[in-house]
Amino acid sequence: MRIAARKFVYLPQEVTLKKGVPVVLEFTAEDVVMGFNAPDFNVRADIVPGQPARVRFTPDKLGEFTYLCDIFCGDGHERMTGLLRVVA
Amino acid sequence: MNRRNFVKLAGLGGVVFTSGLARGAGTYGSSQDEFFFVQLSDTHWGFQGPAVNPDAAGTLPKAIAAVNALETQPDFVVFTGDLTHTTDDPRERRRRLAEFRDLARGLKNPNVRFMPGEHDAALDDGAAYRELFGPTHYAFDHKGVHFIALDNVSDRAARIGEEQLGWLKADLEKRKRDERIVVLAHRPLFPLYPQWDWATRDGEQALELLMPYRNVVVFYGHIHQEHHYKTGHIEHHSAKSLIFPLPAPGSMPKREPIKWDPAQPYRGLGYREVEAEAGPVAYRITELPVIKA
Ligand SMILES: [Cu+2]
Ligand SMILES: [Fe+2]
Repeated sequence: MRIAARKFVYLPQEVTLKKGVPVVLEFTAEDVVMGFNAPDFNVRADIVPGQPARVRFTPDKLGEFTYLCDIFCGDGHERMTGLLRVVA
Repeated sequence: MNRRNFVKLAGLGGVVFTSGLARGAGTYGSSQDEFFFVQLSDTHWGFQGPAVNPDAAGTLPKAIAAVNALETQPDFVVFTGDLTHTTDDPRERRRRLAEFRDLARGLKNPNVRFMPGEHDAALDDGAAYRELFGPTHYAFDHKGVHFIALDNVSDRAARIGEEQLGWLKADLEKRKRDERIVVLAHRPLFPLYPQWDWATRDGEQALELLMPYRNVVVFYGHIHQEHHYKTGHIEHHSAKSLIFPLPAPGSMPKREPIKWDPAQPYRGLGYREVEAEAGPVAYRITELPVIKA
């Protein structure tokens, strides 16, 4: 599943995952180094422009979980979040 | 009447936090060691957002006037970061920092300490901040208390970093185990709420270095609200902002600023006095508003 990170959004904003099914999220950054951090699943990655970052994990709980950019990227950084929806 | 008695009599509602054990036998001095300092935080000079703070350019001057009007002046004043609001433009960043510095010079108290927040320092690794304010981390002693200002913001990924951790380790090795230590930081050193980036990537390593010391307290900012927490015996007290309040950790789906309430202007904003008491070791925190009710 591919997600693009740019100032100050992730596109798409939401992705739907299946509980217990391993997933690979592939992030690309368009302008500056961004972060992907999903504390609820204990996964994070740096997203460097030109180098897609792949994050592998298996969602182990149901619900909606916000992830965030944890690399300060400017005025709007605090709003830069995305949503992982985990369904059965 | 001395100041402490005044605070008690007037019932201003200071909160006392006793840190660790009572102090070791006569290691530190008498009541002469008692003093207080003022912490201001997250002033975000240059921020614009009328729905959030229609008096963005007036709030800091009002807070400075409030500190100047204190009946007793503190021993020193410290700003714990996010002095300015971030900008991508290096010239504008310097302009905001310089304006902030000039405003802070309006404090009648000449003993002012500064620290960067990620808004000041993360986009250029602290370069502009250092030009105007000097080192981003440092230590100093005041009346028997050892203060350590840590920089967990210049690194865009919110790391203190190996080099600074090495410096911290070397600094702590010179301290006695029961010495009074106050750590100043911008971001929380413990993972308060990582979902909102309220954490420090390698904060755990700093806390490990601090753990053997019995009297350690951390004062920080970043989360734009008062918050009190303990990791082991180490206390962590965050300060209010002087630009906009943020919701309690995880209380809202998003970390959006709390809107300005015309019926209660400056609500949720403020600064604090911290009185350091030597025996037993305690920090009396009094939260003060921008505008007196
Ligand atoms: Cu901050
Ligand atoms: Fe801030």
